[in-house]
Parts: sequence; structure tokens; C-alpha cells
Amino acid sequence: MTPDFSNAAPKPATVFEASALTKSYDMGEVRVRALRGIDLKLYEGEMVVLLGPSGSGKSTFLNILGGLDTATSGRVSYRGTNLTAARERELTWYRRNYIGFVFQFYNLIPSLTARENVAVVTEIAAAPMDPAAALKLVGLEDRIDHFPSQMSGGQQQRVAIARAIAKNPSVLLCDEPTGALDSETGSLVLETLERANRKLGTTTVVITHNSDIAQMADRVLQMRDGRIVSQECNPTKKSAKDIHW
Amino acid sequence: MTPLKKKLVRELWGMRGQALAIALVIAGGVATFVMSLSTLDSLQLTQAVFYAEYRFAEVFASLKRAPKSLEERIRNIPGVDRVDTRVVAGVNIVLEGYADPVTGLLISGANGNEGRLNALHLREGRFVDPLSDDEAIVSEAFAETQELAPGDSLSAIVNGHKKKLTIVGIALSPEYVNQIKPGSLIPDFKNYAILWMAEKPLATAYNMHGAFNNVALTLHAGANENEVIARLDDLLERYGSLGAYGRHDQLSHRYLHEEFRQLESMATMYPTIFLGVAAFLLNIVFGRLFQIEREQIAMLKAFGYSNFSIGLHYLQFVASIALIGLLLGIAGGVWMGRGLSSLYVDFYRFPEMLYRLDPRIVVWAAAVTLGSSFAGTVFAVRRAAMQPPSEAMRPETPARYGKTVFERIGLGRLYSEPMRMIARNLERRPVKALLTATGIAAAYAILVMGLFFRDSVDHMIDVQFWLAERDDITVNFNEPTSYRAMLELQRIEGVTYAEGFRSVPVRLRVGRRAYRTSILGLQPRSDLRRTLDEHLRPVDPSSAGLVLTDYLANLLGARVGDPVTVEVLEGARPVHETPLVGTINQFLGVSGYMQLGDLNRFMREGHALSGVYLAVDAEREAEIYSRLKEMPRVAGAEIKHKAIAAMQDMMAQQIMVFAGITTLLAGTIACGVVYNTARVTLSERSRELASLRVLGFTQGEAGFILLGELGFLTVLSLPMGAAMGKALCAVFMQSMETDIFRIPLILNPRTYAYAAVVILASSLLSGIVIRRKINRLDLVGALKTRE
Repeated sequence: MTPDFSNAAPKPATVFEASALTKSYDMGEVRVRALRGIDLKLYEGEMVVLLGPSGSGKSTFLNILGGLDTATSGRVSYRGTNLTAARERELTWYRRNYIGFVFQFYNLIPSLTARENVAVVTEIAAAPMDPAAALKLVGLEDRIDHFPSQMSGGQQQRVAIARAIAKNPSVLLCDEPTGALDSETGSLVLETLERANRKLGTTTVVITHNSDIAQMADRVLQMRDGRIVSQECNPTKKSAKDIHW
Repeated sequence: MTPLKKKLVRELWGMRGQALAIALVIAGGVATFVMSLSTLDSLQLTQAVFYAEYRFAEVFASLKRAPKSLEERIRNIPGVDRVDTRVVAGVNIVLEGYADPVTGLLISGANGNEGRLNALHLREGRFVDPLSDDEAIVSEAFAETQELAPGDSLSAIVNGHKKKLTIVGIALSPEYVNQIKPGSLIPDFKNYAILWMAEKPLATAYNMHGAFNNVALTLHAGANENEVIARLDDLLERYGSLGAYGRHDQLSHRYLHEEFRQLESMATMYPTIFLGVAAFLLNIVFGRLFQIEREQIAMLKAFGYSNFSIGLHYLQFVASIALIGLLLGIAGGVWMGRGLSSLYVDFYRFPEMLYRLDPRIVVWAAAVTLGSSFAGTVFAVRRAAMQPPSEAMRPETPARYGKTVFERIGLGRLYSEPMRMIARNLERRPVKALLTATGIAAAYAILVMGLFFRDSVDHMIDVQFWLAERDDITVNFNEPTSYRAMLELQRIEGVTYAEGFRSVPVRLRVGRRAYRTSILGLQPRSDLRRTLDEHLRPVDPSSAGLVLTDYLANLLGARVGDPVTVEVLEGARPVHETPLVGTINQFLGVSGYMQLGDLNRFMREGHALSGVYLAVDAEREAEIYSRLKEMPRVAGAEIKHKAIAAMQDMMAQQIMVFAGITTLLAGTIACGVVYNTARVTLSERSRELASLRVLGFTQGEAGFILLGELGFLTVLSLPMGAAMGKALCAVFMQSMETDIFRIPLILNPRTYAYAAVVILASSLLSGIVIRRKINRLDLVGALKTRE
């Protein structure tokens, strides 16, 4: 039974609402039940950290929230709009206008410079930032014309964050953003995320299996075997600067 | 420029080697397409302009002799527009200081173009004075090769008398665009001339005052040509007509027509192969690109790029390569087209060659190129664009391998580990392996197609001139002559053997089908002229009836045993029905054969000969020839081996050019296929190869795993290519078969060997380039790359 904290205190507007969400898919010859019934609400401006071992369904859940994947059953809505029923074209539109992604392996386009990697996204967004401004926000103003191969992993991830925030998304979904980085670079990346969350008020969901990172969250969710097994609000939110692992 | 465009440009540059290799294959296809079609179009335009400006006739007829008064009646045939009557005669020509036999045609009406059909285009000099009896205009190709100019002179044996003629002009005629001697495969400019003279001297020499022996007509628009021909035949029959015919059977026009057909088949066959191979290469290269860019595609979709815009991005990528190929191909095609046209100008004599590139050809080329390039990639692009992004984010599941058939049946221990890797990899993707081998085989096939002509023509010459026509000199009499004439020739010193023959112009009919040709009567067990069966064994025409060239029998729809109606177009013009008793194999022309005595009886004549085949002592050949020329009875004499040598010379030049181009084109395909396949395999397996290197494999051993696979496919492609090449040649030849010639499909081992060497060399070259990339494999880097 998943405890429900949603009525504990007056909350800002609901951004996501999931109920009885499941997801199964075939991986080679085995059928994987990645999500086994998720009920959850996420609120405007929240910084949520989703913890759990690998295979617990974190990424699948995040992909469904971001409109990259669709649920097998159950329902998920974004600001009241049902995503479960959305068609491919509508999901594309949804991702284009509201969602910013940060991936574990950055997923930059190697043939484009930092600025161009950001521009790929601002180009199609409705009200984007200037790519240079976005890069400045992540502290890469002096790397603006570098290609991915000319940057460190941390720098590449910050370009990826700049790319995600440059479109002014209302939600930032980060899948193991520090997974491929060392501790020092990792906290630099987390600081960047924290700043975006604070300054732009972007609802931010960070997936990690590193529990230390949970210290910077407003709320921490634990997943195991496709279910949310615990959620707790974090009364003493730490600054990313003070987190080490 | 949008970031995606920049991505495209930079990635295109990053894979420039592969892109260029594919673009070159496309260019090969486009170039042959543009070359053949632009040359075809230009030739047709040039031909149309020449025909129209110089009033090329539409119906022709030769006859023995008819009064000029008949002209009016011909003009009154419904549908006839203009009529032009002439005197035309075959002639032997003597050039000072040139010993080889030269023959030609004398044609009346060289005093001006006023009112004439088949008008002359003067290159140099002037028309002849109508009152002169020793002025002549000569055909350009002959004048050129013999270095004759106005003011020079030559002698013609006119009706048995040697007559000195002064050249006053050099000219071209729409009637002789191809100045080819009847019965030849290719023109022999040096030894065959067309001479135009005033009417009077010819009329005098051939007893044609107030008469003509040749007529040409043009028709009103919409006139029924067959109807006119039938009426004309009725009218001319009693004047010894050999049967009227339309442009389609006019020799020069017919050769042009066949050339056009060849260009048309070239314009479809070659581009189909090239663009097919290019589509396959684009497919494997882009298939790999999508694997590499899986996550980039997923990211773009995560950020809201639609399937359509991603698909469009990659199709632009494909289109860029196709466009590079297209532009190179068009440039190459125009260049080659100009070259080919100028080659044609040597062969086909037009006032000027109007080379042009019709924009429609470019549009077609672009449509075909883009169409085939997209066809090769559209499914892969669609799959890549449609792939759910969440799936693309997950690492790919490892490729599935299994034990190969050989291993399953227990032969596995025969191979080493690297061999096992090669075998399993081939067996895992058999379609790709098969297509790769097919691609290389296509290169081989193109080589075979480019080279087989030499083998076939060699064979044709061998058969025609060493097995069938074995005489040294063929002598033709002015008119049927008694056997005594042969004995006379036999007595000339140096003549070792003589055989007489009778040749009779006929129209053969079987049911509703008819064909104009001649029947050759040969002595029994003739040795100098033999008819051959399909196994090239000599068979004597049986005395029971008529023997036909197999192609002609098919044309008439006659089978052995069927009755054939023979309408003789000479003398008393008897008509007989005689059974078809056999067919023979013959490459040049089509005719009927009978035994000499039978043909004489058939003609209700005594022992008459049209000419004699001579075997002569080689040293006395020239001497015999000059004696023959002086004989009034002799209309023409031809020295066989000189004609053959001239033909071989001319073919050799053409074949050299063609073989060079073909080698280049095929090399492009072979390199394109091997290089691209190797690059893709290297990219797919660089981690595996780097791992092996880390584990202690040498560069050579690691290279073997990759290149061994390609080596195997190259070797596999050779027999495939040989079969494919032979099949393509057969299709090509069959489409080219006509009653004027049929080129046998002969492929010598040297052709297969040459093609194999070119393919192996191209593969090796590509292998060396790839091998250097394997040597530069970044061992640590490759292991770190996440795929």
C-alpha cells in the first residue's frame, strides 16, 4: 500500500498525477513488468528525487512522465491532460513545449558545438532562451564553440542541462545526470540543476541510485520492483554544494 | 543554417570516403544514362534536321531499266509527293598508288540540288557541270581516308571501261549517312566510295538514255507507305524491279535505327545496375548510421522533434549523396556524350553533329536517381524515425549469433576461432552477405558486358570468314554468265581453285509474311563457300528444296517441311513453291540457299553464274586482282582478307575505348561495394576487433577477421558475376538481333580472367585502405565507447 501524503499540507498546483500506472515490455525473450501500479502526484516547482536500485522502474516511470513512452495500463495526466490517451503527434508536441530532459550519457550530437547542441532545441521551442544565455547559466560561456569531444564529461552534462533548460520547460526530467561523473563534477552538475529549479521554478525530477543526492530534494521517493515503496518530504533540504559522495 | 543542417554537412564530411564511393557509383549510372540518352537525342535531332533539309526520300526502288515517262505514273500513285529517278551502278575504282580493291556506287544527278531528293551537302568544291562527262563528287569519308581533294582524280571501271574522273567536290548525303557496303557489319571507308556524277555520262555508259534504274519518293503526310510500295511494285514489276522498300529497309537509315536501339538499351541496362548497387550501398551505410545515431535520434525526439522532421533530416542526407552523384554523373555524362557523339561523327556522316542536353533528360536522371536512392533507404529511415525514443535509450540487445550449419553438423573443429567468427557473422546476416556478393558480381557483370563484344566479333569473323566464306577473292559478274567464264578465270595464273555461284534476288512468302532477299546457288560440296549448321558443321543445301538462315525462317514463321513461295525478281520472274528443307546458322544478313543446278533449273536457264569464288596464290593476289578489274564482264571483285583486316582495325579502336570506360565503371562499383561494406563492418565491430587486439591478436590477425569475410564474399561473387554477366549479355544480344546481323554470345576465358583480375584488384585496393584503419584502431578508446 502506498502511503498518500498529498493532503498533508496545502500544496501548489499539481503538475503530474499518476494512478494505477503499469508498464510491461518484451526484452528479447523475457517479458519485463517494469511498473506494477504507481499512484503519485507531483507539484509545481518541486524538486523530487527518485531513488531505487537499477531495474526498479525509475527510468520507465520517467519516460512515461516525459511522453517518451506510454503506459500499459492506468492513467497519467499532465496539468489535467491525459497523457495515456495521447497520440504520437500530441506527445511530440507535449515534449517539445513542456519537457526538458537530461540523460545519464548526455546524448549530445558529436558533430555540433555546445551552442549548436542547444540551438537544436531552441530552434523548435515556442519561447526559448538564447543558447548563449543558457550556456552562461550553466557556467560554460567560454566553451560555447567547443565540440563535445573537446569537453570533459561534466562539461558535456552541463551542455545537456543548458539544452534542457534553454527552452524554458515547465518540467525538467533528469535520468542519472551524475551517473557518469565523479563526485566533484557531479555536484557542479547538481548545483546547476538546483539553480535552474530555484531561478526558473521548473518542476524537477531527478532519478538516481545515489541516496546522497536525495538530500537536496523537497521530496524523496523510493522505488523497488516497479512500485513506489516510500515517500518522504525533506524538511532540511541541503544545498547541492554541500553534498558529497 | 539550422543546427540540423550543420549536423548534416559535418557528418557528410565525416563520412566523405563512403559518401564519395557511393556518389561515384551513382555517377556511373547517371553518366551512362545521360550519355546514352543525350547522344541518342542529339543523333535523332541531327538526323531529323539533315533528312528534312536535304529531302531524304521515304520509299526507294531499284530496277533494271524503265523509261522516264513512267515517272509521271509514279507521281500519280495516291500518297506520293515527289519523285526522283536516277541511274545507279556498282563500280570498281582504281586509285593511283593504292593497290587494295576499292568498290563503290555511281549515282546520277550531281549537277545540283534543285528539285532533287536525297540532296547533297557539299563539304568542299562545287557541283558537277551537267555537260561534263568526267567530273565527280565523292563521299566525304572516302575522300578523307584516301586524302582526296577537289582537283584530284581517280579512275572508275564504268561498264568495263576504265574512265578517268576529276573530283570537283566532296559531299554528304542523307542516303549515305552510314557509308556502308551492303553485307558488311561496319563501314570500310577506305575501300568503299559513293560517287555522284552528271546524268548524261552515266546514261551513256549504262545505256540509260531517257531511262532510269533507281527511283526515290517522298510521301504526303498521312500517306500509307505499304500501299504506295505495293502500287509501285505493280508499276515497276515489268521493268525488273527488285521490290520497293521504305526507310526502314534503307541500309544507312537502318543502321542508324539499330544504333538508336542500342543506345536505348544501354540507357536502361547500365543505370539499372549502377543505381541498384547504389541503393544497396545507401541501405547498408544508412542502416549503420541509424545504429550509431540511435541515441541522438532518441534525444531529438525527447526534445520534441517529430518523426517527420527526423525522417526528413535523414532523407536530406541521402539526397545530398544522391545529388553529388547526380551532378558528377551529369557532368560525366555530358563529357562522355560529347565524346561518343564525336565517335559517331566518324561513323555516321552528318553535316554537323548537333550535341545537346535536353533538360528533360536531366529531370529524368534526377527523378531516377533520387527515386532509387530513396527506395534503398526509405524503410530504414522510417524505422529509425518511428523508433520509440524510450526504446532507443536502452542499450541495444546483443546481436544474436548461433552455431553455423557446418558447426552443427560437426565440422566446427576444422576451423580456427577467427574462421568461426567470420562464418558465424556471414551466417547471421545472410541477406546482407548475399547482397554484398551480388553488388561485387554486378561489377563483374558490367566488365563482362563491356568486353564480350570483342570475343563475339572475333568469333563471328572466324566463323564467317574462315569457316563459311573461305574464298580469297569474290568476283561478281555484270549479269548472269555461262560456266565458261569460270573456266576462263581458272586459267589465270595464280588461281588455284574456282567455284561458281548464282545469286538471284527474290521475295519469299510464307502465309502473309514476306521478305526480300536473295537465294544463293552453290556448287555441290562447295568448299569455298559453305553453309554451316548450328554446331558450325558444314551442311550442303539438299537438292530437295530451299535452305534458309534460321533467323529468316523464324521471321517468316516457317518450319522445316513448310512450303515457301519464291518470287524471283529477275529475268522472267518465275514464281515457285518449294519446301523449306533445312535451316543454317549465319551471323551477317539472311538469305536462302539452293544447289547451283537446282537454282538454274528453277530459273529455267542453262548453266548460268552470277559470279565466282576464287582461291589464289597469296603472292599473286594483287596481280590477279588488277587483271580481274580490267575484265568487262567483272562488275566487282573483293579481296577477302583485306576487308577483314580493315574491319578488325576499326573494331579494335572502338573496343579499346569501350573496354577502358567499362573497366573504370566496374572498378567504381567494386571499390564502392567493398569499401562501404568494410567500413560498415569495421564500425560495427571495432569494439570486438579492439578487444581482440587487447587480448593479444596482431594487427594482421584482427584484420583477417574483417577482411577475410570480404575476401570470401569477393571470391563468391566471381562465379555469380560470370553467370550474371553472361545472362546480361544474352539479354542484350537478343534485344539487338536483327536480320542485318546477329552477334553470337561468345565469352572467352581471357574475358572472364580480365574481369576477375579487375574485381580482385579493386577489392584488394579497398582492403588495403580498410586495413590501415584497422591498424589505427584506438584500443583503449574503442573499449570505452558505449554502444
